[in-house]
Amino acid sequence: MIEVTDLYKEFKGIPVLKGVSTTFEKGVTNMIIGQSGSGKTVFLKCLVGLHVPDSGIICFDGRKQKELDIKEQRLLRQEIGMVFQGGALYDSLTVEENIMFPLKMFADQSFSERMDRVNFVLKRVNLENANKKFPAELSGGMQKRVSIARAIVMNPKYLFCDEPNSGLDPNTATVIDNLIKEITEEYQIITVINSHDMNSVMEIGEKIILLKDGVKEWEGSNKEIFITENEAVVNFVYSSNLFRKVREAYLKETK
Amino acid sequence: MKYLKHVGKYFLMLRQVFKKPQKWSVFREMLFREIEDLGLKSLGIIAFISFFVGGVVAIQTALNVDSPFIPKYLIGFATMRSMILEFAPTFMSVILAGKVGSYISSSIGTMRVTEQIDALEVMGINSLNYLVLPKIIATMFFYPLLISLAMFLGIFGGYVAGTLTNLFSSDDYLYGIRLDFDPYYIQYALIKTVVFAFVIATIPAYHGYYVKGGSLEVGRASTQAVVWTSVVIILLNYFLTQMLLA
Repeated sequence: MIEVTDLYKEFKGIPVLKGVSTTFEKGVTNMIIGQSGSGKTVFLKCLVGLHVPDSGIICFDGRKQKELDIKEQRLLRQEIGMVFQGGALYDSLTVEENIMFPLKMFADQSFSERMDRVNFVLKRVNLENANKKFPAELSGGMQKRVSIARAIVMNPKYLFCDEPNSGLDPNTATVIDNLIKEITEEYQIITVINSHDMNSVMEIGEKIILLKDGVKEWEGSNKEIFITENEAVVNFVYSSNLFRKVREAYLKETK
Repeated sequence: MKYLKHVGKYFLMLRQVFKKPQKWSVFREMLFREIEDLGLKSLGIIAFISFFVGGVVAIQTALNVDSPFIPKYLIGFATMRSMILEFAPTFMSVILAGKVGSYISSSIGTMRVTEQIDALEVMGINSLNYLVLPKIIATMFFYPLLISLAMFLGIFGGYVAGTLTNLFSSDDYLYGIRLDFDPYYIQYALIKTVVFAFVIATIPAYHGYYVKGGSLEVGRASTQAVVWTSVVIILLNYFLTQMLLA
């Protein structure tokens, strides 16, 4: 379990996170939603250790991030997989080399063992014939799948995804969503996803947190998001006519 | 004040760079890749420029020394001295600052803005050590070889220029380049080269690593990296010459 308590972060005197507290459970797809500038990315970067919070506690299965020395932090990071918004694949490496990279750095395995693992994760993300391609030769959806494959190749305990659907068509976005959900359940990992995509939120968001101006405004599931009267949720999630109508229909049906 | 902040940040960066590599096999692989990218791929331009610079120095000297009281072998002597003492180590290092410096700065800068460096950090990798240390070792190991080649080709360029233009005889030139030769000059040039190689690897890496923004900022960082590397090379050249030759 990841426990976040009273997380506070500011940049040049401007507070971005104002005391966010929450928990993330194993095997559950957790989603952070909110408008641009609400602090989602900063929150995620604090979790993975790319930003150091000004105050507050982040606890990974009993290990307080702030109290870990550099070596322990590095070990913790080896248990973290991250899917970046733009993929963040290494341009000069092939798909196979990109995925193999964490194994080369941290696993004491022979080349054939590493290759087996790479082929296994590539198969898992349905990308079996792209081993020798470079990231520039792949479509956006394929790059995201490679990024997911790289994130899970070390069998992480924690998976963080920053806008995994940005720039993807609806079909591909659904494929990526389902893939993340399947992986989360299959390997019982703690997954935290930053997203703007309401389809994803409704589809796979087992636990949803809405951030507004650096404050946690609402927390609930994708079922509860339909019935909540919270103004911030209603204004953000149902800002489009389509979603508003879907919600009204759902509420009418459940009454 | 701003410059002091940058100097401090640069030295803090170096502290992270000079840590033990996390995996020697990966470091070795990176090192060979950097030797190829930063060293071998610069061979052509260095050979081309040094050959022609040597030729031009010899021709210029020959054309400006037309007094019958000045012996012709001084052309070879002047070419050898200027190539070994200044043109090869300093001039070629400034050229390398442009070619290699912009490459280092833009490649690391692009990695920064496309979150590739963040990806390394999230994996628990010391990104500065992983990216910059192989570049430093590669340049400090390879550039002395490159500059030695530049010295030889520059002097050879002078010989070819003289032979083709008949401005001086090959015997005079060969006598001149051997006249009053002191091996310490080679040592002095190579010491300078090693220092410049360090500067060429680290200043552009600093500019690339701490870039913020997008492609425009990467371009700006690259330009700044080349300017500052050249400035530091010229300044260090002055101090090193004072220290080693005075």
